[in-house]
Amino acid sequence: MVMNNRTFQQNSTSSAPSSLHLQDLKLSLRGEQLFTQLSLSVRPGEIVTLMGPSGCGKSSLLAAISGTLEKDFSLEGQVLLDEFNLTNLPPEERHIGMLFQEDLLFPHMSVNENLGFGIPAHVKGKKERTALISQALNDAGLSEFGSRDPATLSGGQRARIAVLRTLLSQPRALLLDEPFSKLDAELRARFRDFVFRHAQANNLPTLLVTHDPDDAQSTGGKIIQMSDF
Amino acid sequence: MMKHFSSNLSVLFSLRTVPVLTLMVFLLPVLAGLLSTILPAFGYLPVIGQVSFSTTAWTELFAHPALPSALFASVSSGIIATFLSLILSLSFVAAWQGTNSFKKVRQLLAPILAIPHSALAIGLAFLIAPSGWITRSISPWATGWDRPPDVAIIHDEWGLSLILGLMIKETPYLLLMILAALDQSQAKQRLKLAKTLGYHPVAAWIKSVLPVIYKQIRLPIYAVLAFSLSVVDIALILGPTTPPTLSVLVLRWFNDPDLSYRTIAAAGALLQLLVVIGIIFIWWITEKIIAGLSKTWLTNGTRSLAETPVRILSKVSLNSIYTLFFGSLLVILLWSFTRRWRYPDFLPSVWSSQSWDRNIHNLMWSSSSTLTIGLISSFIAVILVVACLENEKRRGKSAGAGALWLVYFPLMIPQVSFLFGVQVLTIKAGIDASWLAMIWCHLLFVLPYVFLSLTDPYRQQDDRYIKVALSMGVSPTRAFWRIRLPMLLRPLLFALAIGFAVSVAQYLPTLFVGGGRFSTLTTEAVNLSASGNRRIIAVYALLQALLPLLCFATALALPNVIFRNRRALKGH
Repeated sequence: MVMNNRTFQQNSTSSAPSSLHLQDLKLSLRGEQLFTQLSLSVRPGEIVTLMGPSGCGKSSLLAAISGTLEKDFSLEGQVLLDEFNLTNLPPEERHIGMLFQEDLLFPHMSVNENLGFGIPAHVKGKKERTALISQALNDAGLSEFGSRDPATLSGGQRARIAVLRTLLSQPRALLLDEPFSKLDAELRARFRDFVFRHAQANNLPTLLVTHDPDDAQSTGGKIIQMSDF
Repeated sequence: MMKHFSSNLSVLFSLRTVPVLTLMVFLLPVLAGLLSTILPAFGYLPVIGQVSFSTTAWTELFAHPALPSALFASVSSGIIATFLSLILSLSFVAAWQGTNSFKKVRQLLAPILAIPHSALAIGLAFLIAPSGWITRSISPWATGWDRPPDVAIIHDEWGLSLILGLMIKETPYLLLMILAALDQSQAKQRLKLAKTLGYHPVAAWIKSVLPVIYKQIRLPIYAVLAFSLSVVDIALILGPTTPPTLSVLVLRWFNDPDLSYRTIAAAGALLQLLVVIGIIFIWWITEKIIAGLSKTWLTNGTRSLAETPVRILSKVSLNSIYTLFFGSLLVILLWSFTRRWRYPDFLPSVWSSQSWDRNIHNLMWSSSSTLTIGLISSFIAVILVVACLENEKRRGKSAGAGALWLVYFPLMIPQVSFLFGVQVLTIKAGIDASWLAMIWCHLLFVLPYVFLSLTDPYRQQDDRYIKVALSMGVSPTRAFWRIRLPMLLRPLLFALAIGFAVSVAQYLPTLFVGGGRFSTLTTEAVNLSASGNRRIIAVYALLQALLPLLCFATALALPNVIFRNRRALKGH
């Protein structure tokens, strides 16, 4: 697999980069406490890693930040982008990009349609939207795949398209829920690099959840153990 | 003021209220219908001037000379048909799960279930009657019968052909329910484990899988039992006649020109309900007893259970049922294009399309009302069920086991027991013989099946697709229309096809609520079945079978066309 080192960069005019702040988060599931007093700041372009065994509430924390927490959880504390409080906003108004273990490309849409689905509605005009899509694919070295069925691509290609889709939606922060754990070792290192490069180039505060020390090391950033909360 | 009003409206029609609305749509008419049957059974029927409560109807009912044998015919055929269908489907799955013949049987389930049972009963009658296709195929060279033998095979007093007709429809249904339960219960792993411990297939299945899945197939079994005990259309076509089964007897009383029979009919309808409740109760007790008795047997270590006989018997029986099914369809097709088909001939001697030509006007009329009622009621059902399930998803709570009982409720109440009441109510409300009443009444039976078929795929859909869409700033509404529904297109269309097939098959609802103004292919076919004119009956029965089949074919093919370039969503 050829992966060049070019990077797709959203020339976003919509907002200046902001930091992600978690203040005194306390999460419990049906009365049982998962963590408490979790406070943390992530600067634009910074990648912070959260580590911990399964079941410690890592994924639930990401769900809490993105606003997709299931109903039987209860959350206290605040999630902020700079000064802007997100805590009571529905997920679609938070603009926090999520990447999961699976690429979750929409199976009924082509690659182009998947990417187009991510572009905000305020980007008007078919021309401009298609231009954005081809630029993203170009910069990621995937330009020939636009009209393809996602199911016909390799795992690595799909994973990169999922990243582009998220970036095209112009998120203000990025959450990574073990997005590398399903890939084999070699692909994993390169894809990791791809994701981190894009997160930094787009100035996104990024939170990575993993149980793999390798992933954590490779960010070169702060590593936080969930068991500390 | 206006704003206040519109916000009230939006609350009324919001997603949250849909489950309650849906329950009311199909439970209220059933309950109200039951009540309106109970009142006349105790002498209260103002229409015919009876307003005082009395038990005369019951005395007359129990004194009626036809009652004992009618009751016996209903109970025996209902229990035997259910029991045999269950044993057959269980033993076939036990002996053949994971084999190629199992796969073949599985593939043919959908078309079999799509065919209305009355069409099947008509075909079966054409097949097994003394002058039927089976006799023709072996006469006179093998039997020496130059004319049809003078025995009552159809309408036999023991209800044997009725039992056979019920089995052809119910065995595939139970098979489907068992398969659905297997998919949810790690049956494959259990089976493998049991086999590594030295258990032979049948014993492994009966001992390690059946006890786990039985509680999942219990409600479907009760529904089958209730259906068999109270079925009207199949009993009219195949069942005993002098006297008929209880449900048919009750129907006769309802239709009697002498209005005073209405109260006896109502009492009979109620008796029918009590019979169903009683038999389900006895079945339930028997389950408990068998479960108790088999406890030591489960762990006594015997590792085989009549393996070879079960394997052979179940396969032969199931193949016979499938053969009868396809033979029934084929013989209907032949008769519908027959001009002349004399007795011992194997095939018609003169073919023609005159049966179609001469009835074309009436065929068009009954087909279009069948299509209209079926499509609208199943479409409404799909919308209601999707709204209920989407509400579940958004509230993060799924309805419990109690809800499943509610869904099965209308399937366990004999139709004849509450449809008379529904008829009375529609007349009172001034909507009798209207499209509204017809579609609503079909909806009562369509809704449960649509719910049952859509629930699993809907609940199992990976919600992270929606979460991804939301995190990209897409509204929940847009995510629902652009992601949720397209990804569920296949099960949605399938549920629509099931709903349609259920609606097409309805006989009694059309009869009772249609007030004679509506005729569907099914009511025409069943009403004609007594006429003996096979060519005309066949035309109606064939169309009746074709419409749901076409609907299923479309439901299966359409996603393949739409998703022809989408490998992940293509059929297997």
